[in-house]
Amino acid sequence: MEAYVAHLLILIGIYAILTMGQNIILGYTGLFGIAQAAFYGIGAYTTALLALRMGIPFWVGIVAAAFIAGFMGWILGLCTMRLGGDYFCIATLGFVVIIQQVFLNWENLTRGPMGLPGIPRPHVFGYFFDSRLSFCILVWAFVFILCVVMNNIAGSRVGRAFKAIRDNEAAALAMGVNTLRVKILSVALGSFYAGIAGGLFASYTGYIDPSSFSVMETIIILCMAVLGGMGSITGSILGAAVLIVMPELLRLAGVTGSLSVYRQIIYGMLLVFVILMRPQGIIGKVEFRPIAAIKEGRLFRAV
Amino acid sequence: MNEFLQQMVNGITVGSVYALIALGYTMVYGILMFINFAHGEIYMAGAFIGWFLMTKLGLPFLPSLLATVALVSFLGVMIEKAAYRPLRYASRLGPLITAIGVSIFVQNLAAAIFGTDPRPFPLPAVLQRNVYEIRGVIVDNLQVYILVLSLTIMVGLDFYVNHTRMGKAMRAAKINKQVASLMGINLDTVISLVFAIGSGIAGIGGFMIGLYYNAVYPTMGFMPGLVAFTAAVLGGIGNIRGAMIGGMLIGILENLGAGYISTGFKQGIAFFVLIFLLLFRQEGILGKAEREKV
Repeated sequence: MEAYVAHLLILIGIYAILTMGQNIILGYTGLFGIAQAAFYGIGAYTTALLALRMGIPFWVGIVAAAFIAGFMGWILGLCTMRLGGDYFCIATLGFVVIIQQVFLNWENLTRGPMGLPGIPRPHVFGYFFDSRLSFCILVWAFVFILCVVMNNIAGSRVGRAFKAIRDNEAAALAMGVNTLRVKILSVALGSFYAGIAGGLFASYTGYIDPSSFSVMETIIILCMAVLGGMGSITGSILGAAVLIVMPELLRLAGVTGSLSVYRQIIYGMLLVFVILMRPQGIIGKVEFRPIAAIKEGRLFRAV
Repeated sequence: MNEFLQQMVNGITVGSVYALIALGYTMVYGILMFINFAHGEIYMAGAFIGWFLMTKLGLPFLPSLLATVALVSFLGVMIEKAAYRPLRYASRLGPLITAIGVSIFVQNLAAAIFGTDPRPFPLPAVLQRNVYEIRGVIVDNLQVYILVLSLTIMVGLDFYVNHTRMGKAMRAAKINKQVASLMGINLDTVISLVFAIGSGIAGIGGFMIGLYYNAVYPTMGFMPGLVAFTAAVLGGIGNIRGAMIGGMLIGILENLGAGYISTGFKQGIAFFVLIFLLLFRQEGILGKAEREKV
């Protein structure tokens, strides 16, 4: 039971990081880039290949994963940012398909559909994160750090530029924001987050194959961001938690047959209903502020 | 040379179906300015409904085809009413997200009802396959039927849009929705009609491809949907004749690529074309470049 809860918490943590990245792109900057699964895969394969082929430790591997994913995001942004919103959406979706095909067909490197087994768990000073509980703590440490980073980005010059572009791109440009550069930076940052999540995922499961980084995966992450609340860190974690726990409840309720099919039916309905009924998501554009909660006695504050 | 002609024949067959799907994308985009992601699923629904009517209920070919068109058009109109109409004047992100939601919903609903394995869709007696060999190029009669049916639909649609009252209303709505409705055009009717026609045509495409490959399965709409969207962009999105040319071109390019480079490369070609287009000529072959106005 404890192991099961820890397993769910680890998944929630990994998806929360992915969703935060999606939220930087979609929620802060208002760009409909939905290529998170591709960068997730790039991060996972980077960490796994560095560990398996070169024996490079996890800590270096995950930093490399983040930077390589971020760099690929920068390249993708550079190539596609001239496109209008809808075209950009299709191009990023196409990028997911292309990257998955690369994983499948570059067999010398990735072993194609056979996947990469035996990815080691991280260790520090002789302590191995072997148990699920210890790995859970590691994942949530990452989540915490990335929350703080994202919160700082949101309040920074760049973060305000993101939101200015979301609210009115022409006005942002007129106020001297280099919109093209800032938009590319936003995609790169979101991809950076996805790279970290990929590294954690590879090291947690110990085995990765291309089927984990599909278009469906990208859509699940999109679902989490939309459901939780676009542009909210709290919402990212909440959205990830709801959509990870919900299928488990379905399983407990005794739904038999192909679970993933029912899960995806619900995801589809959720996307439609959330946008129609509550477009701001579960919690909308507010954040949980622990410090303000203690000082001012209120839990949430608008961002 | 034979190899080349053979790939052309195969490419034109598949391309004419891509063109049928692309028409729906381009008509919807022309008026509503958003990508109807669920369009590929409509195509899949057409294949499944046709399969169900013919193999499960045992209806003959022609009534099945007509019933499929009616049901699929209804489905398209319902999707628009439920998921897109409430968001017509909201931000452009909204309909894009609900369209993705509808797409997953319909695809998995089909998987829940019919299972994920491909179902065989045998040809009815009236369409019995005959294979002809013309100077070493193999042509089968089903390919001819698909091409003739597609061309008939395209010519009919082109006439409808350019020479009838409702067609004029559609063109007016494409130029400016607000002004069109001020001129007494009922925008809801026009948009419903666009969805009905686009979906019906895609349904026919799905039906014919199901027969052609003798298989229907829930994920069959995804790749053709993306490829057809590429075709619509290639032709110039919003342009009906462009969608027809784009569909044919993509079908031919895909088959030539599969024949001369590698079959594994087939899916990549459409995306390669799309990225190339978006970088160098976003307005496509027949489209007009538009500057974004502030």
